Parts: sequence; C-alpha cells; structure tokens
Amino acid sequence: MSASTVDVDDIQGLLRFGYKHQTQASFLLLQVKDRAAACAWLSSVPVNSAVTVEPPPETALQLALSCAGLQALGVAEDIVNAFSAEFVLGLGRDSSQARRLGDVGANAPERWQWGSGQRVPHVLVMLYARPGRLAAFQQLIEEQCANGFEILVTLSTSDMDGVEPFGFVDGISQPKLDWERTRAVRDQEQLAYSNLSCLGEYLLGYPNEYGGYTDRPLLDPQRDPQALLPCAEDQPLQADLGRNGSYLVLRQLRQDVYGFWQFVNAQAAGDAVARERLAAAMVGRTMQGEPVVASTPDLNTFDYQADPQGVRCPLGAHVRRANPRNADLPSGKPGLLAWLKRTLGLDAQAREQDLVASTRFHRMLRRGREYGEPVSIDQALSGVASGSETGLHFICLGANLARQFEFVQSAWLASTRFDGLRHESDPLLGTREPAVDGSPTNEFSLPQAQGPDLRLSGLPQFVTVLGGAYFFLPGIRALRYLASSRAKGSP
Amino acid sequence: MTPQSHFTLVAPLAPGCEASLRELLASMNATPGTADPHNSVLPFAAIERLHFARLVLLDDALQVDLDVLGVPRPRLPTVLSFMGDCDGPVHEVLADMVRCAGDGLRRLFAHCEGFVADTDLLVWMQAHDRPIAASYVNWVGRTVLQIKEESALQRALSTTVSRATVSSAAQARALHGELRSFVNTEASAGRLVLTPPMATPLAWQMAKIAHLLAVPLLGLLAMPGLIAFSPLLVYLLRRREASDPVICPRPPVEALGELQLLEDIDVSNQYTAIGAVKPGLFRRWLVSGLLVLINYACRHVFTCGFLARVQTIHFARWVFINDKTRVLFTSNYDGSHQGYMDDFINKVAWGLNLVFSNGVGWPRTRWLILGGARIEQDFKRYQRRHQVPTQVWYKAYPGLSLHDITRNQRIREGLEKTQMSDAQTLAWLRLL
Repeated sequence: MSASTVDVDDIQGLLRFGYKHQTQASFLLLQVKDRAAACAWLSSVPVNSAVTVEPPPETALQLALSCAGLQALGVAEDIVNAFSAEFVLGLGRDSSQARRLGDVGANAPERWQWGSGQRVPHVLVMLYARPGRLAAFQQLIEEQCANGFEILVTLSTSDMDGVEPFGFVDGISQPKLDWERTRAVRDQEQLAYSNLSCLGEYLLGYPNEYGGYTDRPLLDPQRDPQALLPCAEDQPLQADLGRNGSYLVLRQLRQDVYGFWQFVNAQAAGDAVARERLAAAMVGRTMQGEPVVASTPDLNTFDYQADPQGVRCPLGAHVRRANPRNADLPSGKPGLLAWLKRTLGLDAQAREQDLVASTRFHRMLRRGREYGEPVSIDQALSGVASGSETGLHFICLGANLARQFEFVQSAWLASTRFDGLRHESDPLLGTREPAVDGSPTNEFSLPQAQGPDLRLSGLPQFVTVLGGAYFFLPGIRALRYLASSRAKGSP
Repeated sequence: MTPQSHFTLVAPLAPGCEASLRELLASMNATPGTADPHNSVLPFAAIERLHFARLVLLDDALQVDLDVLGVPRPRLPTVLSFMGDCDGPVHEVLADMVRCAGDGLRRLFAHCEGFVADTDLLVWMQAHDRPIAASYVNWVGRTVLQIKEESALQRALSTTVSRATVSSAAQARALHGELRSFVNTEASAGRLVLTPPMATPLAWQMAKIAHLLAVPLLGLLAMPGLIAFSPLLVYLLRRREASDPVICPRPPVEALGELQLLEDIDVSNQYTAIGAVKPGLFRRWLVSGLLVLINYACRHVFTCGFLARVQTIHFARWVFINDKTRVLFTSNYDGSHQGYMDDFINKVAWGLNLVFSNGVGWPRTRWLILGGARIEQDFKRYQRRHQVPTQVWYKAYPGLSLHDITRNQRIREGLEKTQMSDAQTLAWLRLL
C-alpha cells in the first residue's frame, strides 16, 4: 500500500459526506443484551462507505461504539485501553471533565436523559434516508438488532433545511479535508490560516497537522492472522485497528428559542432590525450566514485579522470562539529578522494578537442534525411555548478528543478568558454559572471603535446539555474485527 | 520597585511520616489541591507578600527509567517541598511566616528528618532553602498589593464609566478627567487605595547590573574554547540525540485522574514536574549552562509580561535537586492544562527542548531545539507522566488572570497620566 492512498471503501461515509440528500435521520442508542447476537449482527450489518455512489443511496447506515460498548462486546482489555484516555473514560462520568467542559449546573451529567449512570449507550446506529424512506428502514434495522440489543433511546431528527433552531444557517464552517494527501507530511509552521486540514486530524492512521500519527490501538500481527485489519503506515508490522476510524462526539443540546429571542428583543427594545443585528453579533454571522466581520462571496473564506479589537465581530461571538481562524504565528513584517522577533515574543504588536491558540490544531468535522419543531421569531416572541422541545443533536468527528472537541469546548467556548475577555463565556452555549471567586460569567461585550465596550449582562442559559457520549466510529474492517472472536482473546 | 524572590524548601521525610503528612496537607485545602487561604496550619492570606505557594511530596518512582538506561538507580527518600514566590527578600517573608504561622509550620516540618521540638524554625527553613537554577517572573516589580489595589480600581471604574459611544477625542479626554476626579474622591474617602511603588533596593540593582555584564563576559572568556571544541561538542550532542532512549509510555488512567481532579477550578492552574537528568557529565554541564542562559534571559529580557511567546505564566522555576541528578520544574499558569501544553508545543517547543531534552526519556530532538516537544503525542504523555500532584496550592488573587492583571495595571498608568494623545486616551477607555 503506498503512503498516499486513502482507503475510501473502508471509511464510513459520514466522514466524507454529510448525507444531505438523506434529509431524514434517526439515531439509535443501543445497549448490548446478548453478546453473541450483538457480535453476529455487527459482523454483517451493511455499513455505507465513503465511496461515492451515483445516485446517492436511498438509505445509509453508520455505526459507532462507545468504550462501554467495546467492553460489553468483550473486546480484550488491552485493546480497549489503547484507545485515547478521554474515550476510555467516556463522557459524563468524571467530575473533573464535567468542570472542564462546562457540564455543570443545568448541564450536569446527573441530570442527563441519557449518557450517564446506567444510561451509557454501547452502540450508536445512525440511520439516514431520503424523504419518506426512513420509517421502513428504521423498522428493519430495529428488527435486525432486537436479538442482540436493547434500545436505550431513539433520537429523532427534523429537517430544518440547514438552519439551526435559533434561526441561523448552520454548518457553514467545515474544514476541507486533504483527501488527495497533498499536504506534506512534516511538522511545518503555517503562517496563514487555511481551511485545508490534514486527514490525520479526523482519521486515525494518517498523519496529522504535526506530521505525526495520533495514538490508537496497534496490534501484533498474530492477533489478526487473517489480516482483517489494514497495517499501520508508520509501523508496517503492526495491524492498525484505528486506521480509517475516528472519534465521534454526540451531545443532545436543547435550545431555548423562546428565551433567546425574548432576551435579544428586550435588549433591542423591541426593534426588529436592532434585534437581528444584536443576535448576529452574538453568533458572529447573520441569520443568512454572512460573517459579520466582512462580507465575502464564499461564506467560509475569511478571517479576523483586520478586526483585532472585535469592533466588527465581537471577540466573544460564537463562531469566532469556535473557529478563531488564526495562524501559527501572528502576522507582521516580512523577513527573517521580523519573524525571529515574533517567534521570541519580542514584537509587542504581535503579542497583542497572540492570545488564542493556533486554529489548525483544533478543528472539528461537524455532522449534527436538528430535532424538534422549528420555532419562528414571531412565535418565540409571542411567548406561548408549543410544549415540544427543539435543539441540536451535536455530532463532531476528530482523531483527538482532547485536542479537538474538549479543547474547543473548554478553552474556547466555555472559557471566561477567551482572547482576554472577562465575565463572559460563549453567548449561545454558556452555562452562566458564576466563577469560583463569585464573579459573573453571564455578560457579553461588544467592543466599539471609540469608547469602552458595550456590555450586556444577565444573559440566561439558552442551551442545555441533555445527554452525551464519546464513540469510536471504526473503519469498516475494524468494525468486523471488533465483532469477531479475534478481538476478544488476550495477547 | 519591589523585586520578587522565591524559596524552595526541600526536606526528606522522616520514616513512617508520609501518611500523616498527607492527611495534614489535605486538611489545609478548601477544595482538592487548592488551599483554604485561612487554613489553621498555614494561613497563607496572612502572609501579605506571598503571590503563590505550594506544598508537594516528591518521590523517586520515575527513577525507574534509569533501569532502561542500564545505570544504577540510587534510592532517593521522599521529600516535602514547600515553594513560594514573594515580594521582597525571602528571609523577610520567611520571618513573617514564622511569626504568623510558626505552630503550623512546626507541625508540617515535624514530619521531616531532623526536625525536633527545639529546632529553630527560621534557621531550619533557611538551611533547607535550595538555590534556584532559573526563575521566571511575569512582571518583575509587580507586588501582591499592587495587583489587589489595581483590581479594585478596575472594578470601581468599570461600574462607573458611561458606556455610550464616544464621538470625539475631546469627549474622551473629558471622560478621562471625570474618572480621575472620581478616583480622587474615592481615594480621599478611603474607598480606593493606590499605594505608590517603593524605591528599588540599591543592592538588587547593583546585583542585576553585575549579572547583566558578568554572564556575557564569562561567555566571551569561554568562547575560544567553545569554538575550538565545537565540532566535538556537536558530535557528542548529535550522537546522543540519535541514541538516547525515548521513554514516553502512557501514564496510568488513575494518575491522570488524580492530576485532573486538582485542575481547572480557577482561571489559573499549577504545574509541578520532576525528572532525572541524563547520566554523564556532558548532559549535566549542558543543562547547567543552558539554565544559566535561561535565567539570564528571564532576568534581563523577559521581565514584563511574556516568556518568549507565552503570556500566561505567572511564575516558573527550575531547581536542581539530589546533587544535580534531578530537575524540579514548577509553574503557575492561566487557562487549562490542555491549552498550556498546546502553547508549549506551538509557541515555545524550542525553549522546552533546550532544557528538558537533557532529561531522561524526553521525545527525540534534533540539534537541541527541533523535534522533541513538537512530537505531540510523545510529549503529552511525557509531561503528564512526569507531573506530580500538587498537594496544596495557594494563589493570592484568585479569579485574576495575567491578562486581567496587566490590563488593570495599564488602567492605572493611564489614569495617572496627565498627558495622553487622542489615540492613547481612546485606547485607555477601551480597557474599561
């Protein structure tokens, strides 16, 4: 196998496609009831690969396993423990992790509908279908897995046509994966923000942005005598259980659309234009998806270099926190000497722009789906709640849970000190729980070109975490291996 | 200006004392690892000149790596280390401590070898204070008092200032003037205090100048020798870099959990790590020389807000222990552990490699600064494996990050200025 190949037929399709033609989706969270039956189903269930099919399939199935799931299937302990520490620990099982991720207060795992205590899912089955095809497909799959599994929760989704429940076009900022593997495999400083991202940032077994391979389970060849698994690129004598797989984070986020628009409306004194402008400032994009920092023809080709103070797009705006679009080193004068000055921290102007970590190491591939009934702004302002909840089944993929999802969630979104801010966390996702020293975190600052920042205070919590789990989205061969008896034996 | 100083008391534990010492240390905390500032053993808050302090137990578990190298592994006793960063000379602060918390300190050190009922506490503490190979202070001369007073000033101004858009420079100047008189009123009513800085001690200034000159002078003297032997030195380095074993296994999940339990409670975190210096004179001399250079840079270059590109470290230190066979590194930093490590990799991997590549097991480096910490996964496992849980950690100003502290300082500077350009006045208002 040459180093530049990508085994698209072994990669689950979700990594490459958002399944946007399959507008219907349903996520089944399963627990193993009968190990043998569960393994039998997993070893044969048809899983859609990343190979392009024309026309797009009517239905697609994707499958991921949690650490508890691997254990329930009887996968050998040393294999399980060779996955990343965050995956092995899981989501919602550790107070330190909850504190880091902002899963406190109303978001606390003890209050989750699923994902903590006895309600940790083992297997996530993601079903996608073209309009009208989901019900029959789902029924078929549920019947097939009934012997081996119990359904813990079924997460239904709604097609909101690319708009998330608050009313903003969503899913615009996605990294572009280097499927052709054109990026050189070496550790090289990047002086400009680029949306092109190494495959190894999302797929285990491929080089990442550091030019290295992320830790994953590598097995001695005798544990895979039939060579079910691909061999490791960096250690060709080992079988790579991680290759073509990814970690998947699933979090059920309830969105209080009523609370959001009522708060924004009150701040704007009921003015419709001011209301939308303020909401756009909090998000960092207009409802149509235009970045507020600058108008661009391509909604994903821009950065914040021309707006260091956050006058056009507040520093704490949601999309600026989630993707600050900076490079490895602040920009400055050309030349080796100027570069050296910035590298040694001796350039005061560059230091001002150096509070946020380099973005390219903290990207995520988002694959979430909305759920519930859409609520219009007018409906939200009228204040009569419909009774049904709405929100997002947030899904992201990445090869490194700690450096990607956990970092973005804790150091960027939940942090009250992002880019030198204070008393505020993410305007959409923040918990508003006061800091340990009692200082508030429920503010939002809008820098002005002249004069002190405008500050909103008393932001309520708009988004509540209702459940969550970490999964491994294996390569298809790895899935079959994990379901086989080979994965069970000790070394 | 009041210079900062550091103490690093290191004392071996008396046999059989570890369990009861751990219990005593835990009793000093409000939450796991974070000191109750008013705890009855050592009420840190009463020591007004203390910025940060920590109490750590250091064992010799990682010395097991010497077996991989095939060199003898001397068994080292577990030690208690008490470290702090303070304003003014160490001996004065230690004396303060003995006055405020003599009984508690005696209870602590009674767990150490050779400490008995009639030991003179202050003399004993001074005798166990280890010299520091290199230390870093984020802002030399900024005192605890100043940080607290300027934080109060910022809070007062921030709630008072009108947040309407400023339409002209004249209006900005008027606003500045109003805020000045507001602060004057508050100060005369005793609600705000802004203590003027103390005179810089002459002896400290002289020592600094002497150090500024002496190190380059010695370097100059050594230069001919270094140049003459440089091919040999480079050969020795490169040969070692190619063959030194890399020891970066994953730390056990439980150890990781124990460390994480102590982290991300406040805006700042602590980091304590220990490791063995690679055996042999070459590495011993190399790391000693490099720490002299780092100390030089910290004393004369990186004195106001940044250590190379890293702006989130309050205090850091490198200390040799066990006859220079091990190095202890501690720091107090803002943000999450994950963010701190990413800063290390992305901003100052070269600087980490300089020193720590002389430690047993460090990820493979090239030419002393390349590779090493840039090998992300090896580095992250290494630094966690070498990290030691900090049993008791104290910060005098919880809730304040360095960015806050520096901003507050600029607010005060701007407030006290009578002459500012239009651009400066507008920039100053933005700080509020």
